[in-house]
Amino acid sequence: MALSSPLPSGAAPYLRIAGVTKLFGSFSALKEISLAINAGEFVCFLGPSGCGKTTLLRAIAGLDVQTTGRIEQAGRDISRLPPSERDFGIVFQSYALFPNLTVVDNVGYGLRSRGMKRAAIAARVGELLQLVGMPESGAKYPAQLSGGQQQRVALARALATSPGLLLLDEPLSALDARVRVRLRHEIRGLQRRLGVTTVMVTHDQEEALTMADRIVVMNHGTVEQIGTPSEIYRKPATAFVADFVGTMNFLTAVHAGSGQVRFAGQSFSCAADGLAADTPIYLCIRPEDVAVRNVGASTVNVVRVEIASLDFLGSFCRATLRPAGAGSNGEEIVADFSINLMRDLGLGAGHSLSVALPPDRLRVYPRG
Amino acid sequence: MPRMSRDDLVMRSGIVVLAAWMLVSVALPLWALLSKSFQDRQQEFVGLANYIRYFSTPALFASVGNSFFVAIVATAIVLPLAFVYAYALTRSCVKGRGVFQALALIPILAPSLLPAISLIYLFGNQGLLKPLLFGGSIYGPSGIIIAQVFYCFPHAMMILVAALAMADARLYEAADALGASKPRIFFTVTLPGAKYGLVSAGFVIFTLVMTDFGIAKVIGGRYNVLATDIYKQVIGQQNFEMGAVVGMVLLAPAIVAFTADRIVQRRQVALLSARAVPLVPKPSPARDWTLFVYCLVIGGLIFGVLAVAAWGSLIKFWPYNLSLTLGNYAFDNFDTNGWGSYWNSLHLAAWTAVLGTAIIFTGAYLIEKTRGFAVGRVLAQLLAMLPLAVPGLVLGLGYIFFFNARGNPLGFLYATLAILVVNSIAHFYTVSHLTATTALKQLDAEFESVSASLKVSVLRTFWRVTVPVCLPSILDIAIYMFVNAMTTVSAVIFLYSTDTKLASIAVVNMDESGFTAVAAAMAMMIVGTSAAVKLAQLGLTYLLAGRLQAWRQR
Repeated sequence: MALSSPLPSGAAPYLRIAGVTKLFGSFSALKEISLAINAGEFVCFLGPSGCGKTTLLRAIAGLDVQTTGRIEQAGRDISRLPPSERDFGIVFQSYALFPNLTVVDNVGYGLRSRGMKRAAIAARVGELLQLVGMPESGAKYPAQLSGGQQQRVALARALATSPGLLLLDEPLSALDARVRVRLRHEIRGLQRRLGVTTVMVTHDQEEALTMADRIVVMNHGTVEQIGTPSEIYRKPATAFVADFVGTMNFLTAVHAGSGQVRFAGQSFSCAADGLAADTPIYLCIRPEDVAVRNVGASTVNVVRVEIASLDFLGSFCRATLRPAGAGSNGEEIVADFSINLMRDLGLGAGHSLSVALPPDRLRVYPRG
Repeated sequence: MPRMSRDDLVMRSGIVVLAAWMLVSVALPLWALLSKSFQDRQQEFVGLANYIRYFSTPALFASVGNSFFVAIVATAIVLPLAFVYAYALTRSCVKGRGVFQALALIPILAPSLLPAISLIYLFGNQGLLKPLLFGGSIYGPSGIIIAQVFYCFPHAMMILVAALAMADARLYEAADALGASKPRIFFTVTLPGAKYGLVSAGFVIFTLVMTDFGIAKVIGGRYNVLATDIYKQVIGQQNFEMGAVVGMVLLAPAIVAFTADRIVQRRQVALLSARAVPLVPKPSPARDWTLFVYCLVIGGLIFGVLAVAAWGSLIKFWPYNLSLTLGNYAFDNFDTNGWGSYWNSLHLAAWTAVLGTAIIFTGAYLIEKTRGFAVGRVLAQLLAMLPLAVPGLVLGLGYIFFFNARGNPLGFLYATLAILVVNSIAHFYTVSHLTATTALKQLDAEFESVSASLKVSVLRTFWRVTVPVCLPSILDIAIYMFVNAMTTVSAVIFLYSTDTKLASIAVVNMDESGFTAVAAAMAMMIVGTSAAVKLAQLGLTYLLAGRLQAWRQR
């Protein structure tokens, strides 16, 4: 997981999006989007289908021009420029490789029209094919390549003209799982080596978490949160982000004031600032954050639970815990127990135990 | 407003030019026809006077009923015949399906006059099989209907083959697993799956019969239909205003059928999902042999009709001297234009194929791929769809009024081969436009976006990628335009001059003059040419598939 991230420094951002709105008829696909991307950064637009992430990418490319708002690239206002006058390379989900041209001709497609010499083009194409690890496939046609190979050719073609910005529109979603995981690393490695500013659209949270320097989580045409993968995962800004990224317990609770929350007839302390007393809330915790070891008398937020069921998931077990004070139709807490933990403590369905919900791992979101 | 790139500018200008072309070659002539129907001979506006006269003259009005009668009866006969035939080709293991399909397509290569001529050979006044009619006459509705059945059969069959070829095997497996009987599966799965095809085929045949001129002219006798009425009013009586009225009356049902068909087509979305499993018919001896005999009979009849015309064209003096001769092919002995008409037709067909394909494919590309400019694209698309609703006779008549009007700067085109080319391209525009659009829609929608990002002009990508990838469809369009220009009678009958007489019109004229064998010979020349071109296409496609389109192979 890429935990380190180049945060916005004093330098001007490479790409600045300010107040971008896109209307399709009366439907607003983008609502006042503003964000900044630094040079050399790898940013993912993450969200469910229909959240506006692809629309935003296409607005940056100039393929679907925004209704209002401003887009600047390298200090230049590109808001109203046609795609051909912008500076970007793009890879589509479908790759859009020209089926009647060989790999070499596909990669060299943008070079021929720039008046480059034949030999220079050949050299550049060779270099790019080397870069994407396909030096032998130049004479093949796209139909003769596997999905992953086509993807690499599309990437080489997009990079051939050395664009300042690389746009990737769900580039991995048409591939099978194994190839997808391998290409994640390859693309990220390539991007680091070339230092090209990159925006990738994806609906796959794992992809975003593993690849991005920063993630822009979008929903219903708005930005829910911008942050590093670990920020997004550890400190989701909204209930939507908490739910969309990773697995999260949403426990129905009430804010009691002064950092106290009431759930299952019990009081829990957490950092819930700025909420009035008696506000209905969701008390949230990730399954892996539910603590079992070292739960003693001095531990805070301890709750007595019974293991209602256990699902074996290979490297760990997902347990459904029923709080003792909640009654049989009360809410359940999902917790992940490692196989080691299970063995050490001899846990099984029907057992009772004490678990802790560490205050620094608890998140609180207004309910309703 | 976003700024336009040079590509945008070029493409939008292209759409404007296309729309202007369609306006001149389709919309304005129709407008001229419409306004003519509201004028008297002095070109004064007389409101509905012409229409009132038309509907109060029983001799004229009777044709409406006649046209509807033959169209409905012919449709009712062709639909079930073609359905069973198409079913045999797609859903059975009948041997020689390719041959049967080719046989059934023969009528498309011939002018509609050909089956009428064959029927005259068989059942006409001197007909070989006339006694079988027991004193009845083939000249009239029965002749028209039989000839139309032959002429329309391939059109219906092609639509139904397309409808039946797309079937999801999983539906049949599910029905089988649920224990449904064969007839029940047929009525609950097969028929509903093909219903849009049936409706579409019905409308197509109805419109074809309604608007066809050649068959009614040759074998209709005294039985008047709308198509022959227009001809009589315009050519026979020089009554252009009444001709325009009949044209409008003929246009109405064609437009209704066209609109209804479009509505039905629009409903047929996603009938077959991408995940459907194609149905592969399993052998069933009883069914297969029954259908084989059926195909043999139908295919044999179709071939027979062609063979009769071919034989008739080689007969010295029907029915008294049945010895063979090539004399009927010495056209110069029977008609002042002689072979000239044939060469004219070849010229027309070649120009229509080359220019028409270029205009139609480029036009479809512009409509499909231009960014923004919705107004222009929608207008161009509407104009591209319009010709399908316009019968050839109506279009031809509109051309007379429009291009012959005083003060039209395009008047110089009148009575040239050029106007025939323009007319033929317009007449057969829509089907080709749809072929091109379908092919273009199969391309990745992002080719143009990729080119823009690589700063390669759209025109270059059009040449280097779009055209090569669509080559088979482009060839289809060219052949379609060629064959139709070769066989058409209806639109051009008003537009030819003595110098530009066409082979198909020569057939009409020679038949009128009583040279039936010569007419048959000229019709055979048309069939032969169309067939040769079609075979050349097959050869070329084969070659393309093997060599130039190596990229299609995996």
